[in-house]
Amino acid sequence: MIRHTWTAVRLFVLMAILAGFIYPAIVLGISQLTMAYQANGSLVHYHGRVVGAKMIGQSFTSPKFFHGRPSAADYNAAASTASNLGPSNPALVKEVKASLALVLKQNPGLRASQVPMDLVTSSDSGLDPNISPQAAYLQVPRVARANGLPVSVVRALVTRNIHGRFLGLYGEPRLNVLELNLALVSLVKSNGS
Amino acid sequence: MTIPGVVGILVLTAAIIALAKPVGSYLYAVYDGPRTWLEPVMGPLERRLYRWTGVDSKHEMRWTEYVFALLIFNLVGFIALYILLRIQSVLPFNPQHLPDLGPHLSFNTAVSFMTNTNWQAYSGEATMSYFSQDMLMIQQVLSPITGLCMAVAFIRGFSRKNADTLGNFWVDLTRTLLFVALPVLLISALVLVAMGTPDTLLPYAHVTTLQGGHQLIARGPVGAFESAMQFGDNGGGFFNVNAGHPFESPGAASLIFQMMIGVSIPVGLTYYFGKAVGDTRQGWTILAAMMAMFVAGVFILYHAEVATNPLLAQLGLHGPNLEGIDWRFGPALSSFFETLTTAVSWGSTAAANDSLMPLGGMIPLFNMMSGEVIIGAWGVGLLGMLAFAIMAVFLAGLMVGRTPEYLGKKIQAFEIKMAVLAMIVPTFVILGLAAWAVSSKGGLAGIFNPGPHGLSEILYAFASGVGNNGSAFGGLGAALPFYTWTVGLAMLFGRFAMYIPALAIAGSLARKQTVPAGAGTFPTHGATFAVLLIAVVVIVGALTFFPALALGPLAEHFQLWSGHVIGGGK
Repeated sequence: MIRHTWTAVRLFVLMAILAGFIYPAIVLGISQLTMAYQANGSLVHYHGRVVGAKMIGQSFTSPKFFHGRPSAADYNAAASTASNLGPSNPALVKEVKASLALVLKQNPGLRASQVPMDLVTSSDSGLDPNISPQAAYLQVPRVARANGLPVSVVRALVTRNIHGRFLGLYGEPRLNVLELNLALVSLVKSNGS
Repeated sequence: MTIPGVVGILVLTAAIIALAKPVGSYLYAVYDGPRTWLEPVMGPLERRLYRWTGVDSKHEMRWTEYVFALLIFNLVGFIALYILLRIQSVLPFNPQHLPDLGPHLSFNTAVSFMTNTNWQAYSGEATMSYFSQDMLMIQQVLSPITGLCMAVAFIRGFSRKNADTLGNFWVDLTRTLLFVALPVLLISALVLVAMGTPDTLLPYAHVTTLQGGHQLIARGPVGAFESAMQFGDNGGGFFNVNAGHPFESPGAASLIFQMMIGVSIPVGLTYYFGKAVGDTRQGWTILAAMMAMFVAGVFILYHAEVATNPLLAQLGLHGPNLEGIDWRFGPALSSFFETLTTAVSWGSTAAANDSLMPLGGMIPLFNMMSGEVIIGAWGVGLLGMLAFAIMAVFLAGLMVGRTPEYLGKKIQAFEIKMAVLAMIVPTFVILGLAAWAVSSKGGLAGIFNPGPHGLSEILYAFASGVGNNGSAFGGLGAALPFYTWTVGLAMLFGRFAMYIPALAIAGSLARKQTVPAGAGTFPTHGATFAVLLIAVVVIVGALTFFPALALGPLAEHFQLWSGHVIGGGK
């Protein structure tokens, strides 16, 4: 009994060193030396300043930008969370109703049946960086007007930024909202000059 | 359901089945074969570890000694983790200056990670320092390897004849760490980082967003952690939302990679089992029964999720249920992942299970209530499934009036008693604790969603604890003292009240002589046995839990499709 206990303690300490220090140190070292961009969070730079992380969604509310999905975390990337609202919860209906009203107000001329589900429901992470092509296209008239660009140019920008499914099978066709808005900002700049 | 969705699910299922043979053969080389190709690297380290810790690698243990060694090793891990969480604030690698954890949460978390449940009553990025995350990671490496040892010892009960012993726990443990866990962890961590998961010791990043707002972006040594959490079927996430967090799973490719490493050992074990008992058809039959139940679950969940929520249809909307689903995964991949991580005693989530449609959320719940036998994790699920197999041959024996045999071993009163114990204890604990929760103030205080869904949240918590799964209906107030202690107890019962009887069966079987198969032997391979096995799992699961499911997800389903919300308030 005592012999096994003593073995357990020694083996635990040695295994903890292997699994808890040597293994993560090797991973950290190789990652930082060969993949520093990913390893530090894929931070996106724009004109010399960090404007976000590539796969972390951020809040866009100005009519000049494409908007992402509603977020239960309010896009706080240090407190990820889902709404956890159940499908029969009246609070869910209330939230979706409010999100829908906002989308319809910001994009006049739309009917509810034209609004895709992703734009009015909140994601799992609260940091979803993506929206569906449908959700991007419906914002084109507003974004074009707010930036003084032709609708056809903004529409083409959306089309260019669509990512397909992985292997043609997995996930959904999508746009990264931050990437799209960065492309939009460049477009506005080049048109203005 | 879309065509890419359905085809994608079938392709992934085929890929999972294809893993069984190569992984199983490798496991055979580790435990029973002469040597593996890693021998030149790991062999010297293995022998050195035995020398430093006083392990006599030739010593063979009876089942009681094996269980004692396993328990004491788990206990040491539990105590170490509990203490380190209590004093987090004075330990290094804490750039966000996070405070110590309280006794309730420390107990719950230490039990949770020691039992390979990885139920998280806390939010990772807001609670744990980098040092504490590393301590949690150690358990996410060590707890699954003890689980795998249990399965290997159990299988020796079938493969040995007239033997008193089941192997040496210290040797099994060390070989699992060196030859199975560490090499795969290292490679998969680097693959995950390459696909976008961070691995850094820098503090959280302050950024000014494109629109001019402020955003604090949590990061950390996630790559190594993620690899351990997924390969070991732990599922204790670095961040609050687990694999749904874009840093844990930046895209569909990353999520699929995590699924493949996580499911590799559980399916490989079924092939290992067949090979160890000298008849690979036995392993394939078990795997076939598992995969049939799994695929049925995926399609039920997927089908439920693509229907428009009738309450939202009333607003003029149409489309799948996307509340709690990240768009880069979408409904099909999310359905697959949630079914897989509950069929495997794994518990990682990439969608908010609490927001799944009622019948959708019932699938993870049922998977866990089955005793996590549908695929199982590092060892523990196969153990449960073989207990069901013993039950199945017993029932078949009753029907035709013969003494039941399984793999040439006579199944007698002792084995059946232990198998029944392993099945009844979890049922009793889940339903008993759920009944206590709904009849006490402390339990009711944790409910987040009103109506039948609230009962589903409570059932889910205890099923997850007992099944050592660790996924959650996230709305439940898991950090309340009532739930930290009751779910903590459920995890301990689930682990030990289920697996000690299983090892007792193994000890008894190993002592028996093998009976040669005759004309009257009921064959335990092939379609007939697979169907019988599924029937036993579903009937035992359905009969015991049907009343509770009727009051939870089924009641919510019918109420929702009649177009009514829950009355709200009291």
